[in-house]
Amino acid sequence: MLPDAVAQNPQIIALAEQLPGAVLDASIAVDGLVLGVAPKHVESVCRYLKQNQGFVRLSAVTGVDWWPREPRFEVLYFLHSLAHNARLRLSVRVAEGEPLESICHLWRGANWYEREVFDLFGIEFRNHPNLERILMPADWEGHPLRKDYPIHGHKYSYQEE
Amino acid sequence: MIEGKTHVESLDARHELQVADVSGLETQLPPDSTVRRMTLNMGPQHPSTHGVLRVVLELDGETILSARPEIGYLHTGIEKQFEVKKYQQGVPLTDRVDYLANLNNNLCYSLAVERLLQLEIPAKAQWMRVMLCELTRIASHLIWLGTHALDIGAMTVYFYCFREREEILKVFEMFSGQRMMTSYIRIGGLALEPPRGWHAVISKVIDRLTRGIEEYHELLSSNPIWVNRTKGVGSLPVDLMLELGVTGPMIRAAGVNMDSRKDCPHTSYEKFDFDVPTRTANDVYARFEVRMEEMRQSVRIVRQALEGMPSGPWQADAPHVVLPDRERMKTQMESLIYHFKIVTEGFRVPEGSVYQVVESPRGELAYYVVSDGTARPYRVFMRTPSFGNLQSLGAMLEGVLIADSIAVMGSMDFVLGDVDR
Repeated sequence: MLPDAVAQNPQIIALAEQLPGAVLDASIAVDGLVLGVAPKHVESVCRYLKQNQGFVRLSAVTGVDWWPREPRFEVLYFLHSLAHNARLRLSVRVAEGEPLESICHLWRGANWYEREVFDLFGIEFRNHPNLERILMPADWEGHPLRKDYPIHGHKYSYQEE
Repeated sequence: MIEGKTHVESLDARHELQVADVSGLETQLPPDSTVRRMTLNMGPQHPSTHGVLRVVLELDGETILSARPEIGYLHTGIEKQFEVKKYQQGVPLTDRVDYLANLNNNLCYSLAVERLLQLEIPAKAQWMRVMLCELTRIASHLIWLGTHALDIGAMTVYFYCFREREEILKVFEMFSGQRMMTSYIRIGGLALEPPRGWHAVISKVIDRLTRGIEEYHELLSSNPIWVNRTKGVGSLPVDLMLELGVTGPMIRAAGVNMDSRKDCPHTSYEKFDFDVPTRTANDVYARFEVRMEEMRQSVRIVRQALEGMPSGPWQADAPHVVLPDRERMKTQMESLIYHFKIVTEGFRVPEGSVYQVVESPRGELAYYVVSDGTARPYRVFMRTPSFGNLQSLGAMLEGVLIADSIAVMGSMDFVLGDVDR
């Protein structure tokens, strides 16, 4: 299931044993390891990595819209371990409308990042303390970073509002 | 009528003002009055929020019970704009993200794309990049020092810092023609050849700065008002700060030795000899000390760059990525064709994604660039340090007086362009 390059990695083996079915695939990108995680296991994988493998910092959470490929969205979690000076990228593919579990209780800093992903992509995070728009105005319609959202917005002028 | 001694009898007695028994006062209040909390809006227009930041404060007198920062007033959709521009056109966008640390942002984006392209950058370009990034760090810290001191009330420091920064901006103008939005670090190397005489000019600036930094440190650290207003203010437990995503001088002032220049070596930083200052006091004064020391270390790095600058090309040898020299472009056909192709079509970057981390003056800056094989980025995400640092503002301001909240916000050194993008 896992490619040879990462199959020897003891940390991945431990993770795959602890949480079977969570790691869908793994690859080595230019800057390090990328783990593909199943959407419903995100919270448990993050908790395991934080508590057992020392990934004490969450650097960021963001999204990519792969429309028209399915599953449409890719949510990325960038983890950082200070003790081992290691970075890890988790990649979760979700379909449109599929919610993800929030990890705010593991890292409080995920709060604003998940709000931003919700604001700009429309991906819902369950059990988030206050999931509302953060960068766009509160009454904005649409999710700007989606690929079917035009670069200049839906209107040219907001003067009449 | 309040009974008892309430007027000052002598100068000495002023310190021991005898206020009468105030229990009688309570009967003076109307029977149905309640002490209410006040919600105050520290609105987007405010001289001390360093940009358009809105903080909704719930107050009990002068004490903040809760603070809720609201951002998004400077959001201009830079991440979306990247997707419709070619890779090289994205460099000027990065200048404007953190408009006080332009070259650091240029560097992060250029490094990310160069990693996807697997470009080899010559040593001279790398050393020049390091030198200019450290000069930007000094310039950014000078603004921080001046505005932070100004907010607390020390107005002289502001003028001194901006005068020093003026010399650094003149250096940038000499290199790129622009004082602030330089776009000097491009994909493949530098934008232009370093100008003649740069070595002498930067030497003079560094000598002046070395004296200046000591002066400004002394000016504030020996001032009891400054020390009283900044010591013991603005602490949070270290593991909470790490969880909240705080990076940079704030976390180093809490004792965590985290610096991307040492942890993720890039652009020949490993060839330079410098220390990463840390303190353990974790208050506004410790952050002040850390940033002052960082300025000294940056001066040290620039001196090493001046002494050991290698010679050689200042751009990578990649004709399909890097624009050719203009004289050659005007006389040779292949150069003209390359120039035409790069400007009109751009260069294709192989498919892939990269999360490139550098150290901005504010903390951990990272660009996540996704490429789909075309000449336009598919997605660029900027993990900006101020976004992470600002999240801790709510927690840091609980139980703090309003006056101290200004000191805390100054010590956080956030830039709204960084936060909102």
